[in-house]
Amino acid sequence: MSANTMSYHWGKHHRSYVDNLNKQILGTELQGKSLEDVIVQTYNNGDLHPAFNNAAQVWNHDFFWDSMKPGGGGKPSGELLKLIERDFGSFEKFAEEFRAAAATQFGSGWAWLAFNPRPSDGKELVVLKTPNAVNPLVLGYTALLTIDVWEHAYYLDYQNRRPDYISIFMEKLVSWDAVSAKLEVAKAQAA
Amino acid sequence: MEMHLPRRRLPYLLPHLLPSQLALPPRSLLPLCPQTRSIPIPPMALRAIASRKTLAALGSGLRAQARLATTAAAAAASRGLVTFSLPDLPYDYGALEPAVSAEIMQLHHQKHHQSYVTNYNKALEQLEDAVARDDAPAVVKLQSAIKFNGGGHINHSIFWKNLAPIHEGGGEPPKGSLGWAIDADFGSWEAFVQKMNAEGAALQGSGWVWLGLDKEFKKLVVETTANQDPLVTKGANLVPLIGIDVWEHAYYLQYKNAKPDYLKNIWKVIDWKYASEVYEKECR
Repeated sequence: MSANTMSYHWGKHHRSYVDNLNKQILGTELQGKSLEDVIVQTYNNGDLHPAFNNAAQVWNHDFFWDSMKPGGGGKPSGELLKLIERDFGSFEKFAEEFRAAAATQFGSGWAWLAFNPRPSDGKELVVLKTPNAVNPLVLGYTALLTIDVWEHAYYLDYQNRRPDYISIFMEKLVSWDAVSAKLEVAKAQAA
Repeated sequence: MEMHLPRRRLPYLLPHLLPSQLALPPRSLLPLCPQTRSIPIPPMALRAIASRKTLAALGSGLRAQARLATTAAAAAASRGLVTFSLPDLPYDYGALEPAVSAEIMQLHHQKHHQSYVTNYNKALEQLEDAVARDDAPAVVKLQSAIKFNGGGHINHSIFWKNLAPIHEGGGEPPKGSLGWAIDADFGSWEAFVQKMNAEGAALQGSGWVWLGLDKEFKKLVVETTANQDPLVTKGANLVPLIGIDVWEHAYYLQYKNAKPDYLKNIWKVIDWKYASEVYEKECR
C-alpha cells in the first residue's frame, strides 16, 4: 500500500469524513454522543439518517488502520487460530472466504471478520461483506478485522485489480495481533 | 409420460434487464408515447451497434483477452444463446483530454466495461442452464449477477455515447427541442448542470447521475442510481438521456478524491447528439 495512497486515503478521505461529521452534528442532539452511539442512532434500523455515512466511515477507517501494521501478514495464533479452525475448518478456508467476500462486494463497501455473541449455529466467528458505510456494529456483531474495498482504497496502486490488492493485504498488511486483542475484548464482553 | 419443459428464450424471462435502452431509439413514431413495455431487442441488432471508428492499436495482452472473450462468446452463441460484446469507442482514448485522461478511458473501457460484458455473458449462460434444468433457486440466485453486470454493460454503453471530443461537438449544450425542454423543466442550463453536479457529488458509494425523460409525463428529471442499477430501476417510464459515471474508477486516477472537480470538468466533453435523438423520437 503506497505512501501516495495512504496520504490520500487517510489525509483526504478519512479526514473529510471527520470534518464533515463534525459539521453535520454541530448543534444537534448527536453532538457530544460517542461515535458508536451516533452510528447506531443514525443507522436507524436501515432507514439512514444523513449523518450515518460520515459517522460510520470515520469509525470504519479508524478500524481499518488498526487492522494493519507494517510487516504484517502471516497467520494468527493462540485462541484466535483455534476459533478460526473451529468455525471455518482451517485458516486456509477462512482466508478463502474472506478474500471471496472482499472480491465480490459489488460497488463500494467492506469485508469483515466479526464476532457474533449470540450465534444460532454455535459459530461465533463470521465473515461478512457490507455495502458503502455499513459495518458489523449496526448488525449486532463485534468487528475483529476489516478490509476497505471502496475503489479509493486500491485504485492508485492496483487500478481495477482488486484481487491483487486483497492478496497483498492478507500477505503483507493484516495485523493478527490487533485481531487477537479485539477477540479477547469481544469474548470478555460476551461472557 | 415424460414431461419436458419448453426451452424458454432468455429475453422473455427478463425483458426489463435486457439492454433495451441501448442505442436503438424506440420505434414509436406516434405523437404521444404509448405506454407499452420496452420490446426486447434481438441480439444481432445489438451486436450491430458498433461505433464508427475502431480502437487504436491494442496491447498484446488485450488482444489475448479479447480473443478469449470472443471464443467464449462464440461458443455460447453457437448454442443459440444471447451474447453481448464490448462496443468500440467512437474516439481515441486520449481524445477527451484534459477533461478525462487517456489512462482512465483505457482502463474504464478495456477493463471495467469488458469485465461487465464478460460476466454478463457468463451469468446469462448459467441462467439458461438453470432454466433448462428447472432449478428455480439457482435462477433467483443469478439475478444479482445479471443486474450488476447487465446494468454495467447498459450504463457504460450509454456513457460512451454521451461523450465526444471537443472538436466533434463535445461540450456544446443541446439545441432544439431538448435544449428548450431543459430550460422549461429546470429553469436554465446552468441550473440543470448545477443539479446534476449536486446530485452526483452527494451520491454516497458507487453509482450514476442521470438526465432522464419521464416518457409518461414528458418531463425531464435528474435521478441517481446506486452501483450499476440502470435508470429504469427508478421508474419504468424513465428513459436515460445522459448518464455520468460517479464510481471512483471513473475519475480517481486523475481527480483523486475531488469528485466535484471531475463533475465540473466532464461537461466539457458531454455530447448531446445521442440524447437529442432519443428525446426527439420519444416525444414528437
